[in-house]
Amino acid sequence: MHCKYLIIGNSVGGVAASEAIREIDKVGKIVMVSEEPHRVYSRALIPYFIAGRIDLEKMYYRDANFYEKNDILPFLGKKVIKIDFKDRKAEMEDGCKIGYKKLLLATGAAPFIPQMKGLDKERPKDGFFTFSSLDDAMKIKKKIESGIAERAAVLGGGLTGLMAAEALAENGIEVTVVELAGSLLPGVLDETASHLVEEHLEEKSLKISTGRRIVEVVGEESVETAVLDDGTILPCDLLIIGAGVRPRVELARDTGVRVNRGIVVDRRMRTSVNDVYACGDCAEDYDFLQGDFRLLPIWPTAYAGGRVAGFNMCGVEREYRWGTNMNSMHFFGLRIIVAGSITENGDDEVFKKICGDGNYRRIALKDDRVVGMILMNEIEGAGVLLNLMRAGINVKSFKEELLSNDFGLISLPEKLRQEIMT
Amino acid sequence: MRRIRCREEVCIGCRLCEVWCQVEHSKSKEIINAFLRETAFPRVRVEERGPISISLQCRHCEEPNCVHACISGALYRDLETCVVKHDASKCVGCWSCVLACPYDAIIRDDAHNRVLKCDLCEGREEPICVEKCPNDALIVEAYDAL
Repeated sequence: MHCKYLIIGNSVGGVAASEAIREIDKVGKIVMVSEEPHRVYSRALIPYFIAGRIDLEKMYYRDANFYEKNDILPFLGKKVIKIDFKDRKAEMEDGCKIGYKKLLLATGAAPFIPQMKGLDKERPKDGFFTFSSLDDAMKIKKKIESGIAERAAVLGGGLTGLMAAEALAENGIEVTVVELAGSLLPGVLDETASHLVEEHLEEKSLKISTGRRIVEVVGEESVETAVLDDGTILPCDLLIIGAGVRPRVELARDTGVRVNRGIVVDRRMRTSVNDVYACGDCAEDYDFLQGDFRLLPIWPTAYAGGRVAGFNMCGVEREYRWGTNMNSMHFFGLRIIVAGSITENGDDEVFKKICGDGNYRRIALKDDRVVGMILMNEIEGAGVLLNLMRAGINVKSFKEELLSNDFGLISLPEKLRQEIMT
Repeated sequence: MRRIRCREEVCIGCRLCEVWCQVEHSKSKEIINAFLRETAFPRVRVEERGPISISLQCRHCEEPNCVHACISGALYRDLETCVVKHDASKCVGCWSCVLACPYDAIIRDDAHNRVLKCDLCEGREEPICVEKCPNDALIVEAYDAL
């Protein structure tokens, strides 16, 4: 079989690319291949699904007629095992080959599962799940609904781990979070914000164990207990892994496609091989703050990167300029928005302010330009701040405004505001 | 393509745009009910600093960052009308669009865990805020594709 555009991956990056292609090229044949048997769903919605805030139907990112409407031929539940970049052919597990003119690698990332005694990654015990696939989510849901899950251990005190913990706790499950680093959300929040989150979660009866690893999983057929490195034994019916992801680069490795930590692309999302593009969690995106490329496994960069790839694949030149570290999250009603650099850097000028009710604001400046922000609870104006970061605006004349809880476009000097608004 | 623009030099901060937007987006479309018996919210926001005020609403961007950031697919750009739309039934209240929008145009509805935004008053000839603005600060402007 032959097509004009072959997209490997069926999540947000692949979908964004196919939508961009269809804005330009209405007829070129698009084929999408995905290992997962499901039509496109949102991985980011798994916590909402587990918590029971949305039903399965709302997990789907696009309508059921998405492929038909966009004239896309989907191969779902099919795995590409090898790509011949010279002959421009992808080979599937069943031996079927698909020729292409343009190829997009949107293969995403796989959850990182640390080594632990008693864990066979190929045949994990019942009750052992990741938090990043719909299949696992449906199994977790089934366990919860059957009423046999009373206690859970969550490995990972980062974004995924904590959202998993909250979702489980909302089902009345007793949850313990185990995090290797000394504080929650390491690398995502600064120490102050991290402490505020920890206090908040403990108030909501989550148990937190930082500076710890799970070294052993005990249980015959099902998970029964998790053993920590200090000998603590955590009885659990569910063991959820939310300890970050690793880019899936196996199709590109040891080929002509350059791979660093992720697949190397330029600002047009082109890899080192002609007519081969990559986007999303498997690729290294351009970070405007660092002026360099790095792994940014977050939703908006996958969409924007996929869109840029799609345009370039049909000959419309577009550059990726949106990405940096950014996240919006919430735990038991506590809203947190972060973007840019969080770690304390000697060059930075840091403004911060804590006021009651979990309100915290931290803005980092370098050479009078915003390079990082943490907003807790009062998150209005976050987009205005991010835009100041992106545009590299000198904020010297209105620095004090940055910490005000009602910071917004009105806080900017008139001339700057009008420039932004036109 | 159309969008609403606020001429801040003549905006007097009366907030009638907020009031009428709330009425227009209520079930009853009737002012007393909209404010007393319903939980409707405006999709426009007036920001004020001293004598300066400005009415902010969605810019209906051609490359909308909010749509790119939306994890549920609730936000999308209608390619025929060029209006950035929001399907509230799909919204989960993740606030990613609050972070993405450079124009302060996304309104948080905490009561329902979702966001609200300007829809240019679908079905009306002229958006209600523009029609009711007493000082003609709000205007509809046409803009060209990038």
